[in-house]
Parts: sequence; structure tokens; C-alpha cells
Amino acid sequence: MKVGIVVFPGSNCDKDCIYAVKTVMKKDPVIIWHKDIPSDNVDFIIIPGGFSYGDYLRAGAIAKFSRIMDYIKEANERGKLILGICNGFQILTESGILPGALIKNNSTKFICKDVYIRVENNKTVFTSFYKDKDVIKIPIAHKEGNYYIDDNELAELIKNNQIVFRYSDESGNVNDKTNPNGSKYNIAGIINKKGNVLGMMPHPERSIESLLGSKDGQLIFISILNNEKINF
Amino acid sequence: MNNDILKQHKISEYEYKLICDYIGREPNINEIGVFSAMWSEHCGYKNTKLLLKNLPTKGKRVVFGPGENAGVIDIGDGDFIVFKIESHNHPSSVEPYQGAATGVGGILRDVFTMGARPIAILDSLKFGDPSLSRTKHLVDGVVRGIGDYGNCVGIPNVGGDTFFEDIYNQNILVNAMCVGYARKKKIVTSKATGIGNVLVYYGATTGRDGVHGASFASAKLDDEGPRSAIQVGNPFLEKLLLEATLELIEKDLIIAAQDMGAAGLTSASTEMATKGNLGVVLNLDSIPKRVSDITPYEMLLSESQERMLALINPSNWEKVKKILEKWDLNGVIVGELIEEKVFKVTYNKEVVVNLPLDSIVEKVPLYKREVLPKPSYFSKLEPLPDNFYSISIKDALIKMLSSPNIASKKWIYQQYDHMIGDSTVVKPGEGVGVIRVFSGSKFKNFINKIFCKGEKGIALTTTANPRYCYLDPEKGAMIAVAEAARDVISVGAEPVAITNCLNFGNPEDLDVYYQLYYTIEGMKKACTVLNTPVTGGNASLYNEGELGSIYPTPVIGMVGLIKDVSKVVKPDFKKDTIIILLGKKTERIDGSEFAKLFFNKLGNKCPDIDLDYEKKVQELVLEIINKGFVTSVDSVNLGGVGISFIKGCIRGNVGGKLRLKGNIATLFGETQSCFIVGAKANKVEKIKRLAIKNGVDFEIIGNISEDKKIEICLVNENNENREFFNLDELKNIYENGFENAIK
Repeated sequence: MKVGIVVFPGSNCDKDCIYAVKTVMKKDPVIIWHKDIPSDNVDFIIIPGGFSYGDYLRAGAIAKFSRIMDYIKEANERGKLILGICNGFQILTESGILPGALIKNNSTKFICKDVYIRVENNKTVFTSFYKDKDVIKIPIAHKEGNYYIDDNELAELIKNNQIVFRYSDESGNVNDKTNPNGSKYNIAGIINKKGNVLGMMPHPERSIESLLGSKDGQLIFISILNNEKINF
Repeated sequence: MNNDILKQHKISEYEYKLICDYIGREPNINEIGVFSAMWSEHCGYKNTKLLLKNLPTKGKRVVFGPGENAGVIDIGDGDFIVFKIESHNHPSSVEPYQGAATGVGGILRDVFTMGARPIAILDSLKFGDPSLSRTKHLVDGVVRGIGDYGNCVGIPNVGGDTFFEDIYNQNILVNAMCVGYARKKKIVTSKATGIGNVLVYYGATTGRDGVHGASFASAKLDDEGPRSAIQVGNPFLEKLLLEATLELIEKDLIIAAQDMGAAGLTSASTEMATKGNLGVVLNLDSIPKRVSDITPYEMLLSESQERMLALINPSNWEKVKKILEKWDLNGVIVGELIEEKVFKVTYNKEVVVNLPLDSIVEKVPLYKREVLPKPSYFSKLEPLPDNFYSISIKDALIKMLSSPNIASKKWIYQQYDHMIGDSTVVKPGEGVGVIRVFSGSKFKNFINKIFCKGEKGIALTTTANPRYCYLDPEKGAMIAVAEAARDVISVGAEPVAITNCLNFGNPEDLDVYYQLYYTIEGMKKACTVLNTPVTGGNASLYNEGELGSIYPTPVIGMVGLIKDVSKVVKPDFKKDTIIILLGKKTERIDGSEFAKLFFNKLGNKCPDIDLDYEKKVQELVLEIINKGFVTSVDSVNLGGVGISFIKGCIRGNVGGKLRLKGNIATLFGETQSCFIVGAKANKVEKIKRLAIKNGVDFEIIGNISEDKKIEICLVNENNENREFFNLDELKNIYENGFENAIK
């Protein structure tokens, strides 16, 4: 499996993603600079967190016009695996690859802390190594992570089993108290209908070692590695 | 020259005479601007240089001390740590969001200019009375400003200190520290070499923002203050600047560099040339301008943010340009090094500045003032009333835990990304910040970083004790250094070196000069005994408000080294452990948070400190950590033994019994040279033996239980004073106290 990591000039979680891919997946990732279309045939693309082009207007609003987005859209059409983390998730919703939008946290403030999320769908290529309803300890760090979608589309997401992670407490209870940012339905991560694109606000690349507080995010990378053969 | 112009430029008649003598004629207006900036306290250190030169700056790990963009220490294996603290007090007091944001931007540039990738930010903040709406506005703006800037560039903010005291009502303090990692071979200094080498300007365009910033920062804030002196930050551009600079340095294309901070282009170019013992000629026509009608005067003094000046060999210009283009940065050649030691500037084919270089940089007039035997306010300090023994433990504890000075600072640190970089081993709220270091010996560059067990880490802290320093500047400064060392030791790090930020009032006031003099004396003594040399820092004077000069506030930023970061210790109490006090207890409450909260007074005596004893306690604690005898370690500071114990319970989510010999002053007085450690029962004897051997006081003061009940018992000859608490209630008070106070 060839792993590629997209780097915008304002990406700042790219190095952590490289670190995670190297240590957990034992792969040497290809760096996909936003100005250069890679010549390698990449099977799995990570769009890391950060502030792509400064994000002064709205997170991901400029990135969606970036040349590299044509490449990502094409990769999506060909069924390649794509994981958008934090700013990566924002870019995926902005460019319409994933439904919904990420608006400012209901506190209006940036929030960085460990949260718990519950695995709602372990039948995806990104989560198959988790058990159903597993609770993961994982950090969030964002100001625009409040997932919004209208009620009809939410019903669609639920019906299609597209909600992958929801904010919960340590015991897996999902309610307003366990919602850090105001996200609709406590949504922390969703997948597209086809099942090859996952967007999530929490940072799995920051939860891969107990030395740093949690290694619960490892299984995302391990799931991906072991589902290489699935075709979309 | 017209007197009004000199006044505007804060140049005295005496200084003007000096200038005319040095250059043999009257300066033109551009040259006056240059002198005003370069002879300001901010750039020229004219009030503090003669005092600062007494500080110990050498040590086995110190590579570069004061004088460089930042201090550099060697942590072995070809790994360097680059760090510095700097103030942005005046701008933040006027425009908190941009003031604080650009403070972070400036200190990041100081570090990456040297070829180091920033790996941590810390911030030391001092605000006024939290009940004032002005204070609430300032807290909100400063924290958002620091957060938005650091979060965007992507540097973890791992610690600092925040303190409220009425004396900062008008003039708050915002000090930001940055810590970077560099490989030994890739360090770049600001020493320019090679006649004919050219200066490349890259980054933001030059606008009018920040003109007079350096002299603004070196005078009292008033209502007429120049708003134009405030700069506006662009963290995205900073990120581009950072990546481009590190790439240029990685490819060995930069000979010397300096960011355009205080006094912008003028100070960056003249300081670089001075260090290389050469001259410099600048051509302002090529400067990328934000407004077309900007004057040479403004271009020379602009403090527009996110601009860099790098010295390169002209033959490398095409390569440099390519990298700058990759990062979408504007780059132009603006000057050249020349043999003649002058600072010469041309614009529109005219020479607009032509000065002997030494007159600007090296001949800054240095002021030495009279050191009073005692400052005038000492005699007005009143002793505290002695009826505090009747205050109940419960009343005191609740009041203290809800004080924003003691309560959890999570409202602040959760607005900062403190985990980016996959390196934060001890996070804010858990204890003193610890960052692991991906050693250069094991990887070629950051892209390939792989962490191996047993690798190094660094512990980072900032401390300040303005109340103690007001009561006794010398002792207060010693305590600030000692406390910083205790902080890094508490997570198992060996103290290595400090950077400092001297925040004071007007040095022309002899009381303030006394404070400055003795603070530096105290720092000198403590750094010498504790073996933590000073690698640099910054001075911010003329900080005053309606209540007068601020308390003397030397902020100490310390770096400690941990040999094996996987063995780090934290202060949270663990179940089934015995709690031991190592070091000195106190019977006094002067200068404490307790005295402030109950009497709104400081008293008249600074807490005592004996540096030799302090050193013994520190060595003992480091030894028992390294031997694996302890399960938790906390250094006692604000709020005393009682608060340290309760915080240990809250962090560990455990109950426990505290049984302390003494009275309420022993519980909440701010004793020095004191740690509280936890250990399993079978290690207690071993710790005791080592304590006796080292001549350190040892007392078992409690134990940690399974349930969530907390018992505090003060024992003296006649009776026992016992009170019970519920952990969750105290936790609730501690965790919400800060937000409740500033909401």
C-alpha cells in the first residue's frame, strides 16, 4: 500500500501524520505538495490538520480551489482511500466530497483537549479493527469543528450508516454534556456513501502512544493497512 | 534640531550632544529616527546593560549566551535547544489580541532565525483585578491572540504562568517564550561575514505599522500613545517564513540572519554588520512597500511583522529565490556588506542615512544610577494582623481554590493547541510541561523522526513572584530562579539554563532602580548556586499604571533536561501511597495568596530562602526520582503545602489524609525549598535515609486512600484541628474558579 500525505503551505499536522504512518503502518509515505501532482500511484491519501492557506475566511474555503483538489477528487472517483483529519475534514466538506459543514464551535473558542468518541460503525475500512461501540480516547484541537447538517440529510446519514464516530464520555454515553463543540448529533466523524472517504475532527495521529496519553487511534491506521484489498 | 522633534523621539539634550559629537554634524530626520530606535531601552539596553553584565552566562552546556537572537544550549548527541523569552507588554495593554499575537510571532522568529524548529511556546501573563471589565477584556484578547497565532503556526503551547494583581490594572504583562530544536551543524547566528555578500529581505511588505515601536515600548503608556506603534500579525505568513527559512538553512544557503523585530530593518541590518565588524549599505528602492507614499524614515523604523533579513552569497541568489517562490514569499536583495564600518542608506538616488556604525550600536549611552540603601516604600509596608489563626481551614481552602491565581488554568490552555507535534509528554494541567526531543543522531531530518525508548526530553517552565520581589527584590528574584529549578526537577529534569524577562517600572525612579539592581543581584546569586546560567532575555521598563510602578516582575524561563523521558514523574497522587514533605515549612504568611485574599495586604517580609539548603533539597529530589523511589512529585509554591496537597488529590482523582504539624500558616504560607512527594510504603525508609544523609528535613504528612474523602488535620502541642472535604466538591471549585472569576 502506497500512502500519500497532502501538504498545503499551512498544514501543520503533516509531520505528525508522517510519524504515525511510519511508526504504526511501517510505511514510508509520499509527500504530496499542493503544487505538484504526484507521479506515484497512491492508494491511501491523508489530508492532515492545520490551516491550509491561513483559513482566515473559513476553514478550507481557499483549499477547495487548490490544484491538488482535482487530484483528490479523481482519486475519490477511482475509489482510493482518503482520510481527512481536522482541517482535512473541513476541506472535504468544503469541496463537497463529504456532506455537511464544519462551523465555529458553540463556545466560539478554540478547544484542545482529550475527548472520548464512540465507534458507531466498525464495518468500514477505517474502523474494522474496533469492536462495535468501542470508546476511544483521542485529542481534539479546533475552532471550527461544530458539525452541521440539516435534518433530512442527517436522516440519510443515519440510514446509510455513515456516522462513524460520535462524541461520548468514557463509558460511551452520548449526550449534550459529552458534546465538546455543539456538533449535530454529537458527530465526530463521517464516511461517504461509497465508504472510501472518512472525515473526522479528532486527531488519530496524536493518539498512537501511551507515552502521550493514548494509543487508541492506532487501530484506524491498522484497519486501513489490513483492508488494502477492498475495492470501491 | 528642534526640541519638539527630539522630545518626540525621546532623545535627551545630553544624548543629542553625544550624537552630534559622534558623527561630527547634526543628524537629519532619518538619522534621528535611527538613533531614537537603536538607543531605546528595547534595543540598546541603556538602563540595564551595566547591571546585566554581572549575570553568570557561561556553563558547560551553553553554546550561545546573551547577544544572539536566542540562547543556545547543547543537550548532547549533536542536539541543540534554542530558547528565549520576550515581552509584548505595552502593545498588549492597548490592543490585547494583536499585541499578544505579535509577541508570539516575534519570539518564534528569534528562534527559527537561528535554524531551530520551534517545538514549544510558553506564556507568562500578569493581569489586574479580575473583577474589572477591562481585565476581562484583556484576558480574553490576550489568550485568543496567543492561541490563534501559535495554533496556526502549529507550535504546542505547553505552559507558563498567569497571575492577577491590582498593580497591573492598566499595564498588563505579556511575556512569551519559545523553545526550538536545532542540529549542531545547522545553527545560524546573526554575525555577518564576507564583504560583498548581500542582504535578502523576504516575507511581508513594509508598512507604517510599528513605526516607533521600540521607543513606544521604552516609555510610559499614556492616552496619547501612538496607536501606529501596534503591529498586526499574520500567522499563516509566519508559517511560510518559518518553513522557508528552515529549508534555506537546511540547504546551507544562509550565512547569517536576523528577523526584523524591534526597530525593523535598521536594527536587523546594523546589528548583523556590527557583529561581523563590517559596514552595510541598504537601498530602500527595492523594499516591497505596503503603501506607495511610505517615506525612508518610515521604512527604516517600520515594525511590520513577519519579515526576515538573511545574508547570502550573491552566487546563491537564484537558489534562494526558488525556495522563496516555493513558499509563495516575496524576496529581494536590499543591501550589501561593505568594509567601511558605516550604515549607509540610499533612496531615490539620494543618501538618506550615513552614520558611523559604532555610533548606533556600540556607543549607546549607558546609565548607571544611584542605588538607594533602601527604597522609600519599604518603611510604609505594614505587618500583617496576627488574628489569622482563627480563620477556618475550610473557609481558607475554598477561597484559595477558587482564586484565579490558584484555580486550574484550563480555560486558558484549552484554547492553545498543546499536543501538536506528537511530543507533549506532560501536558498543561498535568504538571510542568515536558516535550520529548527527537534526537538528531537518530534521524536525518524531521520528516524521518522516529522516537526510540530512552530518548531525551526537556522540561519547560516560567515563574515570577512579583509580590515577593516587591517585598524584597533580591530574595524575590532568588525565589523565582529557585522555583523554576524546582519546577523542572519535579518532573525529573536537571535544571540547565534560564532566559529572563525583566518587567519593571521607570528606571529613572530610584525606587525602581533599586528593585532592578537587587533583582539582578538575586538572580545572579541563585543562578550561580543552582548552576543555571543566563542565556539571554529582554528588559521591559516603564511599566506603570494608576497605582504606580508595577511590582518588580523578573520572569524566569527555564529549560531542564531529562535523560529518559519515558521515566517522567507527575504531581498527581496515586492510590496507596505515603505523602512526604521534603524541605522547609514556614510559620509566616507574608507575600502569600492567603494574606492577599484575607487581608488584601502583602505584609512586610518576603519568604525566606537559603540557596545552599535549596540546592540540597533539589539534589535529593532529583536523586530519589532517578532511583525510582517516588510515585508523584510536586514543588510547593503559590498556596503552600495545603494547596499542593489538594491539587495532588484532584489531579490523581483520589482522596487522602493530610496530617501536618503546625498551624494554618504552615498549611497555606508559601514556604520555599519544599517538595511534596508520594511513595509506596516500602520506599519511605530509603527516602528518609537519603534525606538525613543530605541534611534535608523529612516529614510524613499523609497518605492516599481508595475513596474520595479528604481529611486535613493540623496538629500542634495542645490540640488537633481537623476538617473533612469531598474531593468532587473541591475539584469543582478548582476547575471552575478561573472561568467564574473572569467571566
